[in-house]
Amino acid sequence: MLSPTTAQVVRESGAIPNAEYLLEVANVRKAFPGVLALDDVSFRLKRGQVHALMGENGAGKSTLMKIIAGIYQPDSGSFRLKGQEIRLNSPLDALQYGIAMIHQELNLMNYMTVAENIWIRREPLNAFGFVRHDEMRRRTQELFDQLDIKIDPEVEVRDLSVANRQMVEIAKAVSYDSDVLIMDEPTSALTETEVGHLFRIIRTLKAQGKGIVYITHKMNELFEIADQVSVFRDGRFVGEQASADVTRDDIIRMMVGRDVTQMFPKTVVPIGDVILSVKNLTLGKRFHDISFDLRKGEILGLAGLVGSGRSNVAETIFGVTPATSGTILIDGKEIVMRNPAMAMDCGIAFITEDRKETGCFLLLDVLDNMQVALLRTRGVTAGFVNERAIEKLCLEQKNRLRVRTPDLGEPVINLSGGNQQKVLIARWLMTNPRILILDEPTRGIDVGAKAEIHKLISELAGQGVAVLMISSELPEVLGMSDRVLVMHEGRMTGIVEREDATQVRIMELASQ
Amino acid sequence: MANQQASNAAPAEIVSAPRRRLPPELSILGVMIGMMLLFEVLGWIVVGQSFIANPLRLKIMILQESVIGIIAVGVTQIIIMGGIDLSSGSIVGMAAMIAASLAQTEGVSHAIYPALTGLNPFFPVAAGLLTGLLAGAINGSLIAWTKIPPFIATLGMMVSARGIADWYTNGQPIGNLEDSYAEIGVGWWPVIIFLVVAAIFHVALRYTRYGKFTYAIGANPLAARVSGINVERHIIIVYTLAAGLSGLAGIVHTARAISGQAGVGVGFELDAIAAAVIGGTSLAGGVGRMTGTVIGTVILGILTSGFTFLNVDAHYQEIIKGAVIIAAVVTDQYRLRRRRGA
Repeated sequence: MLSPTTAQVVRESGAIPNAEYLLEVANVRKAFPGVLALDDVSFRLKRGQVHALMGENGAGKSTLMKIIAGIYQPDSGSFRLKGQEIRLNSPLDALQYGIAMIHQELNLMNYMTVAENIWIRREPLNAFGFVRHDEMRRRTQELFDQLDIKIDPEVEVRDLSVANRQMVEIAKAVSYDSDVLIMDEPTSALTETEVGHLFRIIRTLKAQGKGIVYITHKMNELFEIADQVSVFRDGRFVGEQASADVTRDDIIRMMVGRDVTQMFPKTVVPIGDVILSVKNLTLGKRFHDISFDLRKGEILGLAGLVGSGRSNVAETIFGVTPATSGTILIDGKEIVMRNPAMAMDCGIAFITEDRKETGCFLLLDVLDNMQVALLRTRGVTAGFVNERAIEKLCLEQKNRLRVRTPDLGEPVINLSGGNQQKVLIARWLMTNPRILILDEPTRGIDVGAKAEIHKLISELAGQGVAVLMISSELPEVLGMSDRVLVMHEGRMTGIVEREDATQVRIMELASQ
Repeated sequence: MANQQASNAAPAEIVSAPRRRLPPELSILGVMIGMMLLFEVLGWIVVGQSFIANPLRLKIMILQESVIGIIAVGVTQIIIMGGIDLSSGSIVGMAAMIAASLAQTEGVSHAIYPALTGLNPFFPVAAGLLTGLLAGAINGSLIAWTKIPPFIATLGMMVSARGIADWYTNGQPIGNLEDSYAEIGVGWWPVIIFLVVAAIFHVALRYTRYGKFTYAIGANPLAARVSGINVERHIIIVYTLAAGLSGLAGIVHTARAISGQAGVGVGFELDAIAAAVIGGTSLAGGVGRMTGTVIGTVILGILTSGFTFLNVDAHYQEIIKGAVIIAAVVTDQYRLRRRRGA
């Protein structure tokens, strides 16, 4: 529960005055079902410093940050604010103690004004309990002046650009008089000029003695704004350095440091003719000028950071979001992909990134989940589903992929992530695809199922299926791919051959 | 399957023996039987009569509900697909007026269409069905193409279709219907029609591609789209068929009443939704069965008939009916949460 008294005391720095560290988190452990997200992690933040957190996706940065912001509670470990041991039970708790987080996905109420958003729950009231809008406006203006933000406090948030919303979020965090500000990839949606403005604000805050935790994937920002950098990998703390003392290569080595083991049973198979050819494919502002050829039996890895447009490319090839320009050729013939059905008619199968959102029908059973893609073209006589024949096909797939389920009548929601993924793979294998697009095929599944899926992908390639595989896991990309296409902010930054593909090379192309 | 279990080395996942699943309707069937027994006991205590051993009462009960049942067959499919239909009651009224206007006997004074009296019943029936289908096609197209919520689209249709029903004769009832048309509503016919359409769509939902796609869209429209289903087209088909069934309900109702009245069907949409929900159809989509809806319809009938039998005031009846509907939805939510949590 909230303990305003302790909070007040710590806020006024009464606990241990001039404690060297504003925030000290030590030996933190946090497990989620099936994953150890943080293992014995420590982190310290000094006054007036920008401390960057770096690491691959899934390294544990976000979990640590959410613990600092009171969203998650650690399983064990200590948490000190200005030398005082405290425990945060909720984000509100964290705010009371002066820790504010600026989320990557912005949390503003679109149909309320900027001022209302900032002072929500703390509106200045008059004697009758009505909100004093003039006072709220004045306070907002004061705050904006201090931070050199030029936004009308009375405008509705939905009318603001993404960059301006970000500024409002920052102002809101500052309005709590916070000492610790957490920024999660704040520049991911900003232009060059806007980033400049953001950095000016950050420097102002620094000068006021606030500590800033800064999460980023961008190397150049690290050297421009951060004083310290801590690197994480696989839920572990790797090291801390002053950013002046390290080079870009040091950081990359710290981030990817593990050996690429041969857990990926990639077999060398003959590569056939070009089956899919993409030329200058563009989708609005999502991605531009993507061009590549995919051959029979080839596995083309698609690497890049989350948000670089990898998934958008896959969706466009599959007709989920038709391209705004550029061409897609199947067997040398141009096809305008307007919907997934067209892509399926061309022999393309697509296993989406988000099993729960766009993959599984969670409430339906295994059989229904497996047969749905097939039914569009086969297994149906005069509208009636040939239950026996399809059930037989599904059983074959279930046995081949070793889906662990009591029977085909089990609702998919009761299956583990790995088995759900196998059900989705079965769905698409039943359509006999010639081109298989996989978006994060092994995300969030256990090691055993992972290896099985990797083996299956290799087998399929051996049978002449062309595979386009998106993955955030570099070892997976390097282990499985014949070639790797790297994207950064919606653009192709290169295609690397298997022989030349190293983690460092790919990280360079992906982060610039 | 046995060899597969043997080869399964991962201890993390426990493979349980295949279980037999009881059909989910069993619990609803239990509620239905329990309710009948309750009224039986109350009947002997309060009015000294048997509730069940009165074939006429049971016949009237089922006859009254069969019109609701026909609508519920359509509404169930819409709800399974993740939608909702508020317009069915108004479509009943609109179809009833249009069908009745073409079913008047020859030589009646003040006929709506003096030149079109004494027609073969095929014509009024076809007109009523087409009215429904057309309204449904509009519902479906609005939802599929403009992406407005089904609640809003069918709310608009609910108001407009009722308006058309009133405007058609300026609110005047249409009487003097042909005997051959009225036959549709005689005896057990309404019940037979209800059970036949329920059986047809039961089969369609369970055994056809149409049904599989309906469940898939309700369970996850995004995944359905990525699986190559033409979601928009399917939405239009389901709404069209459902409103066609409302049109059929309008025909049956006018045939039973031997007159068409503009106020016919007010509130039927809610009874139909209630029947589906009591029968286990989830408003979240993806879950539901036609057999459940048939039982749900009968439960509504038992409630009305039982309270009348016990001489309970009509207002109390409504109050209790409301509570039963809420109880059904609460149970539905609970079931869903338990399944999610598993």
